[in-house]
Amino acid sequence: MQTNFSPEQLADPHVAESEKILRRCVHCGFCTATCPTYVVLGDELDSPRGRIYLIKDMLENGRAADSETVTHIDRCLSCLSCLTTCPSGVDYMHLVDHARVHIEQTYRRPFKDRLARSIIAATLPYPPRFRLALRAAGFARPLAGLLKRVPLLKTFGVMLDLAPNALPASRAAKPAVYAARGTPRGRVALLTGCAQPVLGPEINDATIRLLTGQGVEVVVAAGEGCCGALVHHMGREEQALQAARRNIDIWLKAAEEDGLDAIVITASGCGTTIKDYGHMLRLDPAYADKAAKVSALAKDITEYLAGLDLPEQGARGLTVAYHSACSMQHGQKITTAPKQLLKRAGFTVREPAEGHLCCGSAGTYNILQPEISAKLKARKVRNIEATKPDVIATGNIGCITQIASGTKIPILHTVELLDWAYGGPKPAEL
Amino acid sequence: MPETIGFLKPRQAVLDRRREIIADLADLLPEGCLISEERGLKPFETDAFLAYRRVPLAVVLPETTEQVAAVLKYCSHYGIPVVPRGAGTSLSGGAIPQEDAIVVGLSKMSRILDIDLFNRTATVQAGVTNLNISEAVSADGFFYAPDPSSQLACTIGGNIGMNSGGAHCLKYGVTTNNLLGVKMVLFDGTVIELGGKALDAPGYDLLGLVCGSEGQLGIVTEATVRLIAKPEGARPVLFGFASSEAAGSCVADIIGSGIIPVAIEFMDKPAIEICEAFAHAGYPLDVEALLIVEVEGSEPEMDAMLESIIEIARRHGVVTIKESQSALEAALIWKGRKSAFGATGRVADYICMDGTVPLSQLSYVLQRTGEIVSGYGLRVANVFHAGDGNMHPLILYNINDPEDAARAEAAGNDILKLCVDAGGCLTGEHGVGIEKRDLMLHQYSKADLNQQMAVRAAFDPQWLLNPSKVFPLEGRPAA
Repeated sequence: MQTNFSPEQLADPHVAESEKILRRCVHCGFCTATCPTYVVLGDELDSPRGRIYLIKDMLENGRAADSETVTHIDRCLSCLSCLTTCPSGVDYMHLVDHARVHIEQTYRRPFKDRLARSIIAATLPYPPRFRLALRAAGFARPLAGLLKRVPLLKTFGVMLDLAPNALPASRAAKPAVYAARGTPRGRVALLTGCAQPVLGPEINDATIRLLTGQGVEVVVAAGEGCCGALVHHMGREEQALQAARRNIDIWLKAAEEDGLDAIVITASGCGTTIKDYGHMLRLDPAYADKAAKVSALAKDITEYLAGLDLPEQGARGLTVAYHSACSMQHGQKITTAPKQLLKRAGFTVREPAEGHLCCGSAGTYNILQPEISAKLKARKVRNIEATKPDVIATGNIGCITQIASGTKIPILHTVELLDWAYGGPKPAEL
Repeated sequence: MPETIGFLKPRQAVLDRRREIIADLADLLPEGCLISEERGLKPFETDAFLAYRRVPLAVVLPETTEQVAAVLKYCSHYGIPVVPRGAGTSLSGGAIPQEDAIVVGLSKMSRILDIDLFNRTATVQAGVTNLNISEAVSADGFFYAPDPSSQLACTIGGNIGMNSGGAHCLKYGVTTNNLLGVKMVLFDGTVIELGGKALDAPGYDLLGLVCGSEGQLGIVTEATVRLIAKPEGARPVLFGFASSEAAGSCVADIIGSGIIPVAIEFMDKPAIEICEAFAHAGYPLDVEALLIVEVEGSEPEMDAMLESIIEIARRHGVVTIKESQSALEAALIWKGRKSAFGATGRVADYICMDGTVPLSQLSYVLQRTGEIVSGYGLRVANVFHAGDGNMHPLILYNINDPEDAARAEAAGNDILKLCVDAGGCLTGEHGVGIEKRDLMLHQYSKADLNQQMAVRAAFDPQWLLNPSKVFPLEGRPAA
């Protein structure tokens, strides 16, 4: 695509990168077809090609973001389905990242949006605060209907609706070294994360049990925390980079002490971001190399397990609908490993139709864009239920929370099923 | 780039009434179906022929045939040009608007209305994508045959506008051979129905007229298409050659001997490299030209046909023969081929030609195409439907360099003239659009063109439907 930037504009490395990305786009339109918001809304402005055009126009003219542009960029799920579809290799991910930062820096959102975003950014990435907020939500839930009728408070009504009814007991994996059993096969660090240990602490428990049982030592490093994805997708770049630098320091220390084969991540949304640390910090001379090192070590749990060659188990007579999280299939391009692991562990695996479409969770999207999110959830649940599964498996806590709120079929993290198959306890949901 | 293709001068009277028109359109449509802000209009200024751009007056995205009719009635009453748009994947600029035009986008009309397996038809809204039709009936063993490479995204409405083809049209025919009926809104708002579920309808074949009329006779809002039973099996086979000429003459010989595979696709070395980089399909990288020949039917049928094809290929010095070993491999072979144009974006900007030539001329035209493009100091990649002689040279250039762009356009014109002079035509499946409009006089005599324009005027006497397209701006009848 033709671009029109001045040499002065291109002196900014962020603009220079976006220009390179835009030059790849040939406007073929393939991306529109697999974009969930275009499929639902039928407006090119809510498709990757439309957004690319809006971003290009905004950046070329060096203009502050305007409400029209912001509306359509905000509606982007960052599911990255377009990245999988694009034949020309347009790096939409980093283009929209740049646009979000530009919006955050040049656009003043209406008061209610600023309030909602500030609360999200100050709560979700911090497990103690998030846990407290969810407890409070339990008490406030009867107010949800009322809040949703007041425009200023609508977001909070939606948040109350999304808060789970019961919160698992607080028992996040504690910082420690979990020793391997049997023949030692490796040593990994585990990201415990932020929202996941609050909403689904069993996931990290299952991961530690499964890995140590397979001879892998697991390090939960003290001080690690949110990977930064939540604020990164809100354009709050400095906050995101701080989170990244903190985790990088902690993991590299662990790697220097006793070596690390991988940094294992059990939420694919986080995996996509940690694998991008190298890019996010490329302009930071003190961190560029370290970040690249961490990104190279980052592995989704299923990606790591695939390398362990787990033994084949007998059939369990249980049908699993595998829902591939967008961050798994589009962000990290991990498509076959989770299904193969489940099959090998004795489960019958079904793949729902329209598997490339997002469930509408997308980080904080279900809070900030509830209408579109609800449409995508209904569509996703319909496709999953059509496969008549006993249980749904997926690799991302966001999808688990979102899909669980729309179906009675139990939904688990893939690793919980694998842990069970390889000697762990039967998940309570089954 | 200095534009060599002109657009009609915007009507000042329309531009002056902009605010009023937008207010009136807002009354005709539900919320969320009108785009009128400057920022929101810009992304609609072009399609996949992106060298030319015009920001429209407004974009409407109606949800029903009635809304399309209301908008057209309004526009015809006030003399406002209208440009229909499906998915905006046109390679000839068919959906590029103009400053005084209302874009009528069909993207919200994307429902499948009826699937009638007993009669083997599907009735769909115009904004349904080509591939969605096949996917909707795939589990029942059927598909919709015409398969433009952009089938993932392009809409059936756009396919009808351009009478689109595709790789598998060698056996199954193009859109017009698979279209049974349409619901269409005329410019004055009248809704008409042409054809139906039967193979032929009494009276004039107006359906044949509408298919390929590039949105100038009306706006199709619904279509009934034929469904075809999937073959028992299908197998794409890769044939590598040491030269494009050898591959070209092999194609002519296959078809000349009376064999009609489902598809014969051609790729030259630059195209092979581009597609392999995206799809990892296992195309041979050590050959100068590649044919993807697909056969289908029962195993013995496929074996027999392949045997004859291999024998012919050997006579033309085939270097490698590789059969796909699995459904996944076959899917990758097609994914690579169908993504060829987009994937070219990895190496350069391009304009894509669409000339069609008699098969006997294939080798000659290929060779001359290479000479023409290198004569302009540019590179070319060839990837096309060889079985029906429908060539798609991709002229690679740098769109940010005005001189380069002008050279690319000039080379394109020379190639299309070459195709016509070799006994072929300007466009096999992409349509005339704006891209080939001024070459229509090279293809047709004045009398031929006048007759076509008379038909157009019978539907749209004001010449306001997709007005800058298809016919040269000079020599049109006074509206």
